[in-house]
Amino acid sequence: MDLLRLATAGSVDDGKSTLIGRLLYDSKSIFEDQLESIEKTSQSRGDEHTDLALLTDGLRAEREQGITIDVAHRYFATPKRKFIIADTPGHIQYTRNMVTGASTANLAIILIDARKGILEQSRRHAFIASLLQIPHLVVAVNKMDLVDYSEEAFEKVRLEFTEFASKLDIADLTFIPMSALVGDNVVDRSTNMDWYNGGTLLHHLEEVHIASDYNMVDGRFPVQYVIRPQSKSNPDYRGYAGKMAGGILRPGDEIAVLPSGFTSKIKAIEYNGEEVAEAYSPMSVVVLLEDEIDISRGDMICRVNNQATATQDIEAMVCWMSEASSLTEGSKLAIKHTTNWGRAMVKDFRYRLDINTLSRDMEAKGLELNEIGKVRLRITKPLMADHYDRNRETGSFILVDEATNVTVGAGMITSTE
Amino acid sequence: MKSQLSHVKALESEAIFIIREVAAEFERPCLLFSGGKDSILILNMAVKAFAPAPVPFPIMHVDTGHNFPEVIEFRDRMVEKYGLKLIVASVQEAIDSGKVVEQTGKGASRNRLQTTALLDAIEEHKFDALFGGARRDEEKARAKERIYSFRDEFGQWDPKGQRPELWSLYNGRYNAGEHMRVFPISNWTELDVWTYIRDAEVEVPAVYFAHNRPVFERDGMWLAVTEFLSPEEDEVVEERMVRFRTIGDATCTGAVESPAQTIDQVIEEVGATRITERGATRADDRTAEAAMEDRKKEGYF
Repeated sequence: MDLLRLATAGSVDDGKSTLIGRLLYDSKSIFEDQLESIEKTSQSRGDEHTDLALLTDGLRAEREQGITIDVAHRYFATPKRKFIIADTPGHIQYTRNMVTGASTANLAIILIDARKGILEQSRRHAFIASLLQIPHLVVAVNKMDLVDYSEEAFEKVRLEFTEFASKLDIADLTFIPMSALVGDNVVDRSTNMDWYNGGTLLHHLEEVHIASDYNMVDGRFPVQYVIRPQSKSNPDYRGYAGKMAGGILRPGDEIAVLPSGFTSKIKAIEYNGEEVAEAYSPMSVVVLLEDEIDISRGDMICRVNNQATATQDIEAMVCWMSEASSLTEGSKLAIKHTTNWGRAMVKDFRYRLDINTLSRDMEAKGLELNEIGKVRLRITKPLMADHYDRNRETGSFILVDEATNVTVGAGMITSTE
Repeated sequence: MKSQLSHVKALESEAIFIIREVAAEFERPCLLFSGGKDSILILNMAVKAFAPAPVPFPIMHVDTGHNFPEVIEFRDRMVEKYGLKLIVASVQEAIDSGKVVEQTGKGASRNRLQTTALLDAIEEHKFDALFGGARRDEEKARAKERIYSFRDEFGQWDPKGQRPELWSLYNGRYNAGEHMRVFPISNWTELDVWTYIRDAEVEVPAVYFAHNRPVFERDGMWLAVTEFLSPEEDEVVEERMVRFRTIGDATCTGAVESPAQTIDQVIEEVGATRITERGATRADDRTAEAAMEDRKKEGYF
């Protein structure tokens, strides 16, 4: 059984919480005591029916005010797969929340109300999904029961969305007509839409091909921790621990260590203390080398003939997440990339992107909360980087405010020159 | 070429990555160890993460004084086996020194008092990162908590002001007096935990498996008769075949009736159950719908 991480985007009005509630309920992932508790709350609020949305609204403040504060994680499994849902609210903090919830997702679900069609926020969600390079996108055309299960209404959304998506970088796009409230095409096949020949949402989640979501080509191993017991039984053991961030490494491979450029050969790869024949994403392993060379945390092991770029200058799309400050030319911040911390300075603010029209505002001087734009950064030390669209692990970074230590920016590298 | 990890292996790799990341970036990490399956799991993965070197941080037991003897025996055996340093933060000592006042009467619990003992120990030992075994599937407040959960100088959790957590880029930076709680198995479910315990042959205390025990019913839960907890006059003690789904303070952790004596039987039972583990076994979470949220804000695990 493998693991699929998915993110949901949409507002309460689109029926997102209801959809998740339905997915959990129909796949029998809701427990009786949870159901009892939300039934009680529903009754005391005077709801007509049990509000499945309450399942995902966790905190007291949210229940009382009927809002969703932040990303919530839900879990369910079928005999085929285990699923982690990152449920991100669609209100004013949409960008920050969606980026937070979806950065590691294999798949994103964008909800669209069939009555309203594509709204500004649908475009935003699609854009963020493409910016984050989420490999699979599902457009859930919801509330079909309120448009008489009309094929025409569904087709209208499909055509309009497809046209907009053609301007984005979306590899795999699927449309499913459904009613989360009634349960059409979520887990069980709808009997109300004979014109729809595709599968249900759950069927799609179970079957979508995710094996090639990880980069299996470029061997990348950011060194996280050096294991040196220096004990009587292991006087000379020197292992480099870390999580594979791309490609496949095997014993015998010729490797180069960045940024030093020293070369060696892999002697062995250990997984939980046992030698294994290969390591690939996202395995946490220990790599042992033939030669004793000076390697420390933050260095990267690559294959000799396929290396990341060690560079102090990068260009990147940045999503700004701070309400207390803005990102402008000259801003200085802490940066974390793979297992490396450094300091970054904005050398050049290129443009701010209008995520509704996808047009570039070249006049803009900086980014405020929830804005996205392109910047050029100079880093105090070399990062071992790839383009984000090639590798989400070695192409991403975070920016941290040096005074408050709060994470204020999410970056995706577009150029290493 | 297989090149795809099973879900439990993927979760294990994620947890080991987090454990190593904390060891690399923090000055004084510590593993909170209750003797329950979740903290055992983290200890097990910590041993693997640094092998053949020893675990580079101590473990701490926040001890309410109301323990199952099997669990203390287990804890001490693990300390011996892996050459660990054990710190005990005692709630009894906090009571004796007058720092906290114990609840009395039916349903009295030392659960909340653990927060004081925990925060005092963090200050005394200057810990800057504490591993906890919390999982997001356990409880609503936990479902919204980050893997790196920032705490201010009072140990408080601010659910509205959490740092965004992106990719595998954990931000462990803090100022003096603040610290981080780190939950490496956030993304595991109860079933994942048991599957891992079976596949990786992890030893857990015997009370997790079905055994005969004198118990009495209170609030729809089976509570064990121990030296710390006796039934009220109207409560009847019976011998039942039970097991524990969670292990905590003996006065507020309920047992469930179960015939599951082997790991496979436990997995089958967990897979079929319709009640969450906290709902079934924790009196402390039943006091209010937001009980966990309120305790977490005060600095609880």
